Amino acid sequence: MYHFSRWKYWLVIAVIVIGTLFALPNVFGEGPALQLSRNDRVAMDAAAQQRVLGVLQTQKIAPEVSYLQKDRLVLRFADENQRTVARDAILKGTAGDYLVALSSVPRTPEWMRWVGLKPMSLGLDLRGGVHFVYEVDIQGALTQTLERLERDARTTLRDKRIPYGAVTSNNGAVRVVLRSASDVQGAMDALKAPDGSLQITTGEEQDGPYVEMRMTPAEIKRRQDVAIEQNITTLRNRVDELGIAEPIVTRQAANRIVVQLPGVQDPNEAIRVLGATATLEFRLVDEANNAYEAEQTKRIPIGSRLYYMRPQVGPNGQPVAQDQRRPILLKRDVIATGEQLTDASSSIDTQEGMPQVNVKLDARGGQAMLNATKDNVGKRMAVVYISKKQLAQGEQCKGVRSGSICTEEDVISAATIQSVLSSSFRITGLQAAEARELALLLRSGALAAPQTIVEQRSVGPSLGADNIRRGWHAMAVGLVLTFAFMAMYYRGFGWIANAVLAANLVLTVGLLSMLQASLSLPGIAAVVFHLGIAVDANILIYERIREELRAGNSPLSAINAGFEKAFATIADSNVTTLIAGVVLFAFGTGTIRSFAIVMTLGILTSLFTSVVGSRALVHAIWGRRPRLARLPI
Amino acid sequence: MEFFHKVTTYPFMHTRRMWYGVSGVAIIASIVLLFWHGLNLGIDFTGGVVLEFQYPRTADLEKTRATLEGKFLHPQVQNFGDDRTVAVRLLPQANQDVNSVSKAVTEELQKVDPEVKLQRAEVVGPQVGKELTNQGGLAILFTFLLIGLYTWFRFQWKMGISAIIATLHDPLIILGFFAVTQITFDLAVLAAILAVIGYSLNDTVVVFDRVRENFHKTRRASSEEVMDASINQTLSRTIITSGATLLVVVVLLIMGGETLRGFSWALTIGILVGTYSSIYVAGALALDMKLSALDLMEHKETSKVDAMP
Repeated sequence: MYHFSRWKYWLVIAVIVIGTLFALPNVFGEGPALQLSRNDRVAMDAAAQQRVLGVLQTQKIAPEVSYLQKDRLVLRFADENQRTVARDAILKGTAGDYLVALSSVPRTPEWMRWVGLKPMSLGLDLRGGVHFVYEVDIQGALTQTLERLERDARTTLRDKRIPYGAVTSNNGAVRVVLRSASDVQGAMDALKAPDGSLQITTGEEQDGPYVEMRMTPAEIKRRQDVAIEQNITTLRNRVDELGIAEPIVTRQAANRIVVQLPGVQDPNEAIRVLGATATLEFRLVDEANNAYEAEQTKRIPIGSRLYYMRPQVGPNGQPVAQDQRRPILLKRDVIATGEQLTDASSSIDTQEGMPQVNVKLDARGGQAMLNATKDNVGKRMAVVYISKKQLAQGEQCKGVRSGSICTEEDVISAATIQSVLSSSFRITGLQAAEARELALLLRSGALAAPQTIVEQRSVGPSLGADNIRRGWHAMAVGLVLTFAFMAMYYRGFGWIANAVLAANLVLTVGLLSMLQASLSLPGIAAVVFHLGIAVDANILIYERIREELRAGNSPLSAINAGFEKAFATIADSNVTTLIAGVVLFAFGTGTIRSFAIVMTLGILTSLFTSVVGSRALVHAIWGRRPRLARLPI
Repeated sequence: MEFFHKVTTYPFMHTRRMWYGVSGVAIIASIVLLFWHGLNLGIDFTGGVVLEFQYPRTADLEKTRATLEGKFLHPQVQNFGDDRTVAVRLLPQANQDVNSVSKAVTEELQKVDPEVKLQRAEVVGPQVGKELTNQGGLAILFTFLLIGLYTWFRFQWKMGISAIIATLHDPLIILGFFAVTQITFDLAVLAAILAVIGYSLNDTVVVFDRVRENFHKTRRASSEEVMDASINQTLSRTIITSGATLLVVVVLLIMGGETLRGFSWALTIGILVGTYSSIYVAGALALDMKLSALDLMEHKETSKVDAMP
């Protein structure tokens, strides 16, 4: 007999019990579900739940279960048929107050969900969905910032009554040419950023003295980070607006954003909404000059820009008259832009039945609007609708094209200012669908920097299901073959190895469920491959025990020596595989990372189960017998 | 059941010169093939578009190819897994709107057969591909570096170098295999190669552990005798473990489907070659670097592991 501490039994039992508990949710599978969120993104509450269930009751449909989760209402149904019926009933019965997303949720019992036990989270290659990676054009973000600096410089100098000539941006700097050298100091003081984020230099060119503003390197870095963070926030908001269940939007590397949309089958719709940018600008109409003349002579008056009116549309969505795109001249200076919006919603004008967008401006925008309209009552103010979108192949761009991005600018309305406006007003001149999309895009915020898709993967749900099936079949067959082999080769001890292997599998699944690391097909392959690696530790131990027995040792001392001597080898040999796993984790992304996670976790669990667990089991069975003639090995 | 009733006494090291030759030829052949044929790199590394279509009946590859020829840049059309699934691969183009390409191809194919369904679409920009290639190379490099440091620290420098060379040997032969068969080399294969590096070293470490132990136990035996004895003593473990691992990997190869095909092949070849290399390459090299009991003396203290469960 040899010593084996009692606490180790308890440790093994505790680990196995906890592991099993965490692994348990995986056996229930998933069921078709609907996830509802409110259109205005307020959290769903019990009242909303009652309302939806009431609607379903009138249609005699009962979900298997309904619960609130992360501001959403989840309804699970017995089959997809019922879900389709329920979806139609909800859309009809709640007047479009809710966004309804299709998804599948685990069939785990209520108490497990309540304690927070979840099954493993499956990667997109297993459950189907779209994955794309955006690359944020940081240079583009800086160009936009420079344009704003340019605009601000004009406003500031005008407010301070410092005369200036040309304002240009070039090589990452904004240059303001001044009329007289005596204004240089004044201009420098006026343009200086209070937080010191601008370097201001002066110089002399043929047109006169100039002041040049340049962002400090720290400021450039900060702007880049802000731009990416803002893009991520915007993408998140838009994904939320699309009502997709369990989306993932994260930053990858310095300038990439990963978006994962499980369950989405057609990526095009998602890409269009996620990639679109639409914003508004409010400008005064240049009433002093003739727009037709400017269009024909191509001579645009200084301080103005030439735009085109969008043809008027009636309530039926058709253009009102055979209206051409009429030119219109607008003042260069912007009163307010979409960035100053705090809220936007679309509705239908009660009097004329025309779609409209109700907007609210922030304090600065409201003040600017107040100042501009106060002095210009009776004149016209125009609303410019600027949209950027990814062109599909063969699609025409009516505006300015750069790469596959098309920028279109239209004047959607130019109405006489009846009274002084401030922070809250409405915009008309859009079609219903456009009004809704504009409100959505305005609400979710602007993309701070242009972005392009550099990687896109989509997997259909049937292929995903196929991958799962193949993965689990391979695992089941691998497991059975390994069990049979070990039982045949090591007899009694083989079954110990098998029990240990099963425990190891349960622990790995439990850990994966606990960490909620997404499992991909290579991840499942790693589980299968790992079956082979995991038996290695047992084989090392048993071969040692056999060796000790051959050397004429008694069974008990053979067991003891076998475990002790094999341990160093097991530790050494697993470290190398562990190193490969950790490196793979550090360098890999997506599906490969899942492989690395499974490999690393598998080694840890197999170290525990084969060294501590297996020994406890062997000790419990053979270790306490006072006389042991031979071992079944 | 027991295949090895008593410890075998095969004189492994006696024939090591011949096996050097075999390994040398295999490595040179692999390198030549790599330069000559090159690898059939997947879009993970080259960038480009892969679309997988499901046909309701046996797909006509020729017709599919003819439909796409001329409209898209170098379309490669082949069956994927079974005869109703077709994979279309396109090379990346500069300034290509990746999303619209997949849409356009789908529309072209649906004109011919409206029932065809897009199952999977993968689009990787050329920039991303280049980065993944660099990262993959770095990952392999780092793995070697760390594993080399570990073996050096845990054993002794002669053993460390032999282990690294033996481990280097395996991925090279796997790469040779992929160059010959032109099976697509994708990210999953790269992951499999890293796993093989870990696995193969695992095998070597088991043998070296025994070598160290035997040098301490039997001072009088020659280095070659010690090496042979150590390999023979661990032989049954080596064969059984490799057998058990091979068993599950072959199951993956047969049942894992087309997506895991390259991955499973890399593991299969890796296990076979890794088992061989830990005996003939690692052991033999350590021997020819004149590894002796003296080399291991200073490590006597560290080799004693006392953390016991």
